[in-house]
Amino acid sequence: MIGARSLDAILFLALPLVVLYAMAADQPFTITLATKVAIFALAGTGLNIALGLGGLVSLGHAIFFGIGGYAMGILASHAQSYTPLLESPFLIEGTKSMPLIWLTAMSAGALAALLIGALSLRTSGVYFIMITLAFGQMFYYFAISWPAYGGEDGLPIYLRNSFPGLDTLDPAQFFALAFALLALALLFAARLAHAPFGLALSAARQSESRAIAAGLSPYRLRLAAFTLSGAITALAGALYADLNRFVSPAMLSWQTSGEIMIFVILGGVGRLFGPLAGAALYILMEQSLGQFTEFWQIPLGLVLLAVVLFARGGLIGLLARSEREGENG
Amino acid sequence: MAEPVLCVRDLGKSFGALKASDAISLDLFPGEIHALIGPNGAGKSTLIAQITGRLAPDSGSIRFLGREITHVPAPARARMGLAQSFQITALAEEMSALENALLGVIAAQSSPWRFFTPALRPGPLRARAEAALARVGLAERARAQVATLSHGERRRLEIAAALAQSPRAFLMDEPMAGLGADGTQALTALLSELRHEAPILLVEHDMDAVFALADRISVLDYGRLIASGTVAEIRAHPEVRRAYLGEYPEENPGEETP
Repeated sequence: MIGARSLDAILFLALPLVVLYAMAADQPFTITLATKVAIFALAGTGLNIALGLGGLVSLGHAIFFGIGGYAMGILASHAQSYTPLLESPFLIEGTKSMPLIWLTAMSAGALAALLIGALSLRTSGVYFIMITLAFGQMFYYFAISWPAYGGEDGLPIYLRNSFPGLDTLDPAQFFALAFALLALALLFAARLAHAPFGLALSAARQSESRAIAAGLSPYRLRLAAFTLSGAITALAGALYADLNRFVSPAMLSWQTSGEIMIFVILGGVGRLFGPLAGAALYILMEQSLGQFTEFWQIPLGLVLLAVVLFARGGLIGLLARSEREGENG
Repeated sequence: MAEPVLCVRDLGKSFGALKASDAISLDLFPGEIHALIGPNGAGKSTLIAQITGRLAPDSGSIRFLGREITHVPAPARARMGLAQSFQITALAEEMSALENALLGVIAAQSSPWRFFTPALRPGPLRARAEAALARVGLAERARAQVATLSHGERRRLEIAAALAQSPRAFLMDEPMAGLGADGTQALTALLSELRHEAPILLVEHDMDAVFALADRISVLDYGRLIASGTVAEIRAHPEVRRAYLGEYPEENPGEETP
């Protein structure tokens, strides 16, 4: 057993260390895997604000992941074909600039989360899970049947988008971007959890009656959390599309929602570094077991089962004493 | 007499054929403890739920601090200073006692819409929450997680949380529930002091506590207010004796004034 803080630090530093090693050993594929971990962890960090802090079991986060992906795909495809996105009433051109794409992705993700949340958060429990799942399927089938951006075949982007001062086609530099965004998101989530907003949101999860009696409105708090959560997951989606230079309806499928949730649950619901631990374990299992069998998700399922049954705190809870326990001795 | 802080008029609420509240009117005046008693199922909790805003009444009105609040949502009523404690303790179990007390301070005096500054940062908000904990004797347990608190400590934390939110009136639903003799005695003394900060509408089954504390008593039976008056008047009221006090052994019928 080690302290939660040291475990967090090890987890956080492991990823760049792996990349440094891969650079020295000239293994660009390993760098791509590490980038994938960082991006999935970012998506999970988004979900963790809704799920861990707010207790909102969303099976629709692929919507935001996919919206981020399509925000990137649509903007970049217009830029590469030199056709404007919109001519009237005002001109909107495509762009290959990552900061602009990220901003668009986060705004679109936040807007979608706000609208979906405003309707879904009137329900709770199983109904909330089902309604977010239903919204997810709507977006999925909409993307499949919308021919303008590739429909079922998806939408390839020939060149990775650009970031001022960096060569984004260099795997290490693209990793650095994804990792920096993950670090920012983790910092944000950490501050959020201890800020009045995080306290109020967390209280609404633990005892709705207490929150209301204290004068807090659970619905508004949850809606804000869901919106923030959607924006962060959308940012991850934009990065993921850029990593693959491809976006397809698969990003919007309910399996993607499930995977994002698996990252969070494997690592530890509500733990700041849980999604990072979960995403790393997921990719590790996919790569190591995937060599032997295409049914590698069967052992993954067993691990998930074990975590849910025996280690509610996830990987982080298993390896580290919780901070609270640490405080109380 | 002073203006009532809380004023309930002709409140009606039915669940199907059951009239849980049948034209209930009652007032809560500054500085008083107004006890609400009645047998199980008399509609006490339903009445409290309508006053706090958890249930919407079918008819009638509720005024608080001179303002019509019948259709004001529950959290907004709490922010106006309508503080409550629950019959079954409702606390955020994973959080510390201090954090629980802080929730009400944040809602009443600051805002939950702050995303970066630590909630526990030292300052007037935290000081207010700490003062409320000290008031109920929980100062030393401020950093303890609620799940580790004893039943008595949790009951006191409920009072502290209500106290922290700058209340203008308390609604307390059986604050003594499950407390031993010592706990009941200590809480009785505390409530007796608290009435000077804000009047208390007290639902309680412990009749000793009620008779010791209440300035006035209202008796609810089958959703109807069957009597309202001073402790002496209620003790003497024939309908009350039949409906409620009849459950208790006759104790010194001659000695009717406390």
